[in-house]
Amino acid sequence: MTELHKLSIKEKLKGLKDSTFSSQELTESYLKRIKKLDNKINSFITVLEERAVRSAKESDQRYTSGSALPLDGIPIAHKDIFCTEGVLTSCGSRMLSNFISPYSSTVVKNFEGSGSVVLGKTNMDEFAMGSSNETSYFGEVKNPWKKDYVPGGSSGGSAACVSAGLASGATGTDTGGSIRQPAALCGLTGIKPTYGRVSRYGMIAFASSLDQGGVLTKSAEDAAYMLKTMSGHDPKDSTSLNVEVPDFVKEIDKEIKGLRVGLPKQFFSMNMPEYVEQSINESLKVFEKLGVKIIDVDLPHIDLSLPIYYVIAPAECSANLSRYDGVKFGYRCEDPKNLEDLYMRTREEGFGTEVKRRILIGTYALSAGYYDAYYLKAQKCRRLVANDFKEAFKSVDLILSPTAPDTSFALGAKTSDPVEMYKQDIFTIPANLAGLPGISVPCGQHQGLPLGLQLVSDNLEESKILRMAHHFQLNTDWHKSWPELD
Amino acid sequence: MSLKNQDLEQIAYLARINIDKDKFPSLKKELESILELVAKMDSVNTESVVPMSHPLDLSQPLRKDKVTEKDDRKNLQKNAPSIKAGLFMVPKVIEVED
Repeated sequence: MTELHKLSIKEKLKGLKDSTFSSQELTESYLKRIKKLDNKINSFITVLEERAVRSAKESDQRYTSGSALPLDGIPIAHKDIFCTEGVLTSCGSRMLSNFISPYSSTVVKNFEGSGSVVLGKTNMDEFAMGSSNETSYFGEVKNPWKKDYVPGGSSGGSAACVSAGLASGATGTDTGGSIRQPAALCGLTGIKPTYGRVSRYGMIAFASSLDQGGVLTKSAEDAAYMLKTMSGHDPKDSTSLNVEVPDFVKEIDKEIKGLRVGLPKQFFSMNMPEYVEQSINESLKVFEKLGVKIIDVDLPHIDLSLPIYYVIAPAECSANLSRYDGVKFGYRCEDPKNLEDLYMRTREEGFGTEVKRRILIGTYALSAGYYDAYYLKAQKCRRLVANDFKEAFKSVDLILSPTAPDTSFALGAKTSDPVEMYKQDIFTIPANLAGLPGISVPCGQHQGLPLGLQLVSDNLEESKILRMAHHFQLNTDWHKSWPELD
Repeated sequence: MSLKNQDLEQIAYLARINIDKDKFPSLKKELESILELVAKMDSVNTESVVPMSHPLDLSQPLRKDKVTEKDDRKNLQKNAPSIKAGLFMVPKVIEVED
């Protein structure tokens, strides 16, 4: 039989519909690959073998009875940040290493409702804080393209597993680049939709004004299928947008001729490796051939993005993570002397280094006497960055840049210098600050490691970026290559 | 921006995270490097800028004041480290004189 994992979601759906193969066969072929290969990359925290086979059989029955659902029988994986009823949901932390979620997140439910099969829960940086997937309590994830290199983060497990062909696609979350940067480093397509497009209910909170769920897949077309399933208004999330979700799959074929793409001067005047610049220039030629106009744009406050982010994200994280106190759920230290000791040691032992670092910075930024200088100042600067984008979108449809400053880096190379690690997200953070949708698309390789380009559009224009990415992929082959793991 | 040991102790206490004293020097260095990064914001004048707390500037929707969740205490308490008679157990907080 052909290698089932190499089929696109569209091809898989056709194969299932035509009974070329069953969902059980498809699911078991993935489970077999996971068993054989995941010990090399550590992309899963939990594999749900029995549960997956059971739901695959149910899918097969629906195909037989002619009542198939939109993504029926498609095997996917969920980042371990999405609460899944009856299943360990650890968020990559010791703090939740014993947490069996009593309910399912809306994202998990949406996929259940579409008939997809969940293969397991993927590894991630602890509480989604990291850009290399080295902060996970469950061990580092390795890049399938080069196993002593990082997959990026925080959705590193999702990226590694899809890139290695261990799932058709995987969910991720993106607070400052956590979908797009690992997608770039692992040669995948990764989309973070508009803030509010995907429900945050049951998605463990890191920085609530920035967090947004999305997907990592092989292609933009696969991403369109998955994003369509997971999006939509949810009354259980007060920041969920009550707007119509376009049919991303249908919209993807519309032509892109005449669209205007902006190149931010500020990004392109930065020092970047020659091969990164070259891959972007080659990609621009592809777009130009398709009738896309390339224009320079000005985002004068964009260099404030990293400083703004490292006030707002830690501040919101320090508030969100105050719930982990060893009382109602999660880890508790042994033999607490008194209530204070219970709190102090539970949090000392339950959180990893990076998480504690961010909680401390956030606590400081929000403490009496410093609030105006840090948090309020950051919120004001955030407005300036958002306004820059608003202004730019008056003259362009999309903004293009590299996704990450370079290809993947060696495991351990940046762990001792947090600020150096934070710079991984220099191109991705601005979209989170402004709430805008962004996608990363494979656009080249250097020394066997993938490179990605990023497209950002105005709010709610995911269709436009998916369409651009899709047409790019119809004219390039970067997204079609697979790492050699077997 | 430089932090004193006393500042670190205060922040750690506010965050209710115990931190070993021997970790202070490296932690101090890391936090200072983050604060240095953040200080870049001071280069812009933001006096008349309205702070942005929601990326799409939406206000919170209101719903009817009605109970929507069912009583799920048993299920929710399954994850608790210590439960007695349906209550979350913590070390004694009130000292009682004999």
